[in-house]
Amino acid sequence: ERGHGPYQPHEPGYGLYQPGYSPYDDQIPDPKSLMLAIQNAKAYLLKSSTTSGLNLYDHLANMLTKILDEQPTNAVDIIENISKDVKWAQFQKKMDTLRDEHEILPTFEAAEKRKALFLKANGEEDEELEEEIGETPLPNVMETAFYFEQAGIGLSKDESYHIFLALKKLVSVQPIQTCRFWGKILGLEMNYIIAEVQYHEGEEEEETEEEEVIKEGEKGVDEVEDEDEEKKKEDEPPKSTYKPPPVIPKEENGTGANKYVYFVCNEPGKPWVKLPPVTPAQIVCARKIKKFFTGRLDAPVVSFPPFPGNEANYLRAQIARISAGTHISPIGFYQFAEEEGDEEEEGEGGRDTYEENPDFQPLSVAEMVDSLSTWVHHAQSILKQGRCVWLNPFQKSEEEEEEEEEEEGEEEKPEEPDELQQEIGPPLLTPLSEDEGIQNIPAWTAQPSTNLIPQYAVAVLQSNRWPGAYAFASGRKFENIYFGWGHKYSPENHAPALPPPVQAEYPSGPEITETRDPTLEEELAFKAAKEEALAAAEEEEDEEDVEDEEEEEDD
Amino acid sequence: MEAVSLAAALELTAGGGAGLSAEKRAVLGASLLLLQRDYRFERVWFWGRIQGVRGAYYIAEGLGSDRAAPRSRLYSLNCVEWSLLPPATKEMVAQAEQLKGRFQGDPSFEYEYTEIDAEDAERLFEDGKEPVIKEEARLIATIEQIDKAVGIIPRGAFVKTPLGSVHENRNFEGLSLTEAKKLSSYFQFTEPVNLKNKTLLEKADLDPSTDFLDSLEHDIPQGSWTIQLEKGGTVVVLRSLLWLGLTFYHIPMTKQYGYVYFGTGEKNLDLPFML
Repeated sequence: ERGHGPYQPHEPGYGLYQPGYSPYDDQIPDPKSLMLAIQNAKAYLLKSSTTSGLNLYDHLANMLTKILDEQPTNAVDIIENISKDVKWAQFQKKMDTLRDEHEILPTFEAAEKRKALFLKANGEEDEELEEEIGETPLPNVMETAFYFEQAGIGLSKDESYHIFLALKKLVSVQPIQTCRFWGKILGLEMNYIIAEVQYHEGEEEEETEEEEVIKEGEKGVDEVEDEDEEKKKEDEPPKSTYKPPPVIPKEENGTGANKYVYFVCNEPGKPWVKLPPVTPAQIVCARKIKKFFTGRLDAPVVSFPPFPGNEANYLRAQIARISAGTHISPIGFYQFAEEEGDEEEEGEGGRDTYEENPDFQPLSVAEMVDSLSTWVHHAQSILKQGRCVWLNPFQKSEEEEEEEEEEEGEEEKPEEPDELQQEIGPPLLTPLSEDEGIQNIPAWTAQPSTNLIPQYAVAVLQSNRWPGAYAFASGRKFENIYFGWGHKYSPENHAPALPPPVQAEYPSGPEITETRDPTLEEELAFKAAKEEALAAAEEEEDEEDVEDEEEEEDD
Repeated sequence: MEAVSLAAALELTAGGGAGLSAEKRAVLGASLLLLQRDYRFERVWFWGRIQGVRGAYYIAEGLGSDRAAPRSRLYSLNCVEWSLLPPATKEMVAQAEQLKGRFQGDPSFEYEYTEIDAEDAERLFEDGKEPVIKEEARLIATIEQIDKAVGIIPRGAFVKTPLGSVHENRNFEGLSLTEAKKLSSYFQFTEPVNLKNKTLLEKADLDPSTDFLDSLEHDIPQGSWTIQLEKGGTVVVLRSLLWLGLTFYHIPMTKQYGYVYFGTGEKNLDLPFML
């Protein structure tokens, strides 16, 4: 009825418009009691909480200060969060120092290591300058990274530069003739940065001596065991006729799958670790398993068939397979060295050395991209045996033949295994057009780096069999690199090898084969036949006895 | 990853060796912005690149005001012209799961099912259509699967308002270093599946505004994520082992995070053997 006009003091609602009064006041208290009410309210707000020690008055003051300082938009929407933040800030101060010190350490340590890369070693500066101006085995990582970046491949510039410096450190420490950044393999906990290296001739490591010492020690132990076995021959359970397949020796350092030596580190700045040479057994096993790398070189590889080695060996085997499958160069860049009278060697394994062609004429980028026959493999492919050059494991040297003759007198002659077929792989410098694809996918995908500016494009190849392997060529420059998890591509799901069939415990022959028990009729028939035979035999004996008696009487 | 921070984000995810050339980066900077204008997106994400045998697909996603709503997806073969992809349907996903092998790089390529039984064919193709599927449909299904399975965000980056829509959390200042190393600090940015199965005790600790998604620690199979600190410990990088090529990065104590996919678009079904 009446409009909401100015309220009179006696009407309810008057307090809405008067500061300090709540709308529920029906009457306005006296000014003195007003001040008392204010003081009561403030005292209430100042009361400290029993649980947290804060009081609402200070908290509201802090909150409003923060809001007025920062002036966020739509403050009313996030007021609760601001309140929570202010409270949280109170507590954080006490625990701050402890927690921060704990957290800072790992990042700062890593930064120290990376900074160390950038420091020049003292006292070597002058000498190094002279050497560096001449030929250096250090590869120009940044230049390679630039070309790969044209295709969108590669690490960030920071990381590339760190790797550059780490390689420089490696080159200065080890007697290296050629060095190359091979690539990066990702792992579960840490990654691997890999460098491919060739030593100066004659600077090989001394590992081979250690291995020979171990072998001789084992031989001595075997002889002792043989003597013991002879004594116990009669009591022993039947010996197993299982002959393990012969161990195929690994290739010499500097040839075949071990042509290059590989160094790995987890991050640039960490020390480089040399990977051991790869054995054919490891390559054969690596082909059957598919495991992620953890990032620790001493981690065991738990798999079936059991991998002969730890993660360092598995890594080396995968590197060998990737190198053999994906290291390519433009045709004509490498050529076979002209040698005399090598026909015999060629028959066995083909050529395995190449040299740079001084008369190399680079093809245009369009030609490199259009046809895969303009690229060739310059890494030897690995045969099924696990080596690059086939070796017949049953070919015995003279020493081994003598030993066998001695043993033959005591044991049965072991069965001769079937002769192995010589395995032949594609010869070196085969063009890529010979590469088999997988199902209907070609082995390589070739693209120019850019379609907009063909004059300065770079030819880029991606491998489809080893996803992560890339190669580029531009004029006289080319390079291979690998960024990935280290596994081959297979469109089918990985099927682990089945365990071998259970070995027969004993040879089964007629004397231990079970036969059916004879039925009742058969038993009776047998008994009757036996009695007849017995009766016939007794008659004969009687006759013989009579004859004997007669003979004796005569004598 | 956000289109505006493309260059910086690419530097951080380049640890896996995959990235974009300078040419692509330059053209994306312009064309993603134009996408935002044309389709009225609030945010444009560069989702990644699926490498086919003969070509590659570049994918972008656009988000509206509710960040959890189904996103619009676009693809391009050259980063200049973009085509909108229709939303994924369940049949598409079911059909695409039967396919194996690489993408071809041609969106109109038709796959034929050589190994499929007659029963399966009837089940998947109800209308009695020819059992072929176009590569475009496979692309849609793959992107949907990847986003659903491994599209992740850090905890606290998004908040759910009482009205149900999801927004970026303006108070999010980044995860701390210790939090960033734990799998439980990352959520899958999709409809939660495991959330309802949690016990009441666990649910009591959750904050309904920020913990409305599944966290990664219950991801199946366990161990399908690798967490690493790169660049001397300044960036946390998560890589998925189920979809090889998915990389997520986050700089602790800052608001920078994002994920991108550079790969062949194939699920890694051998994962249990490889761990």
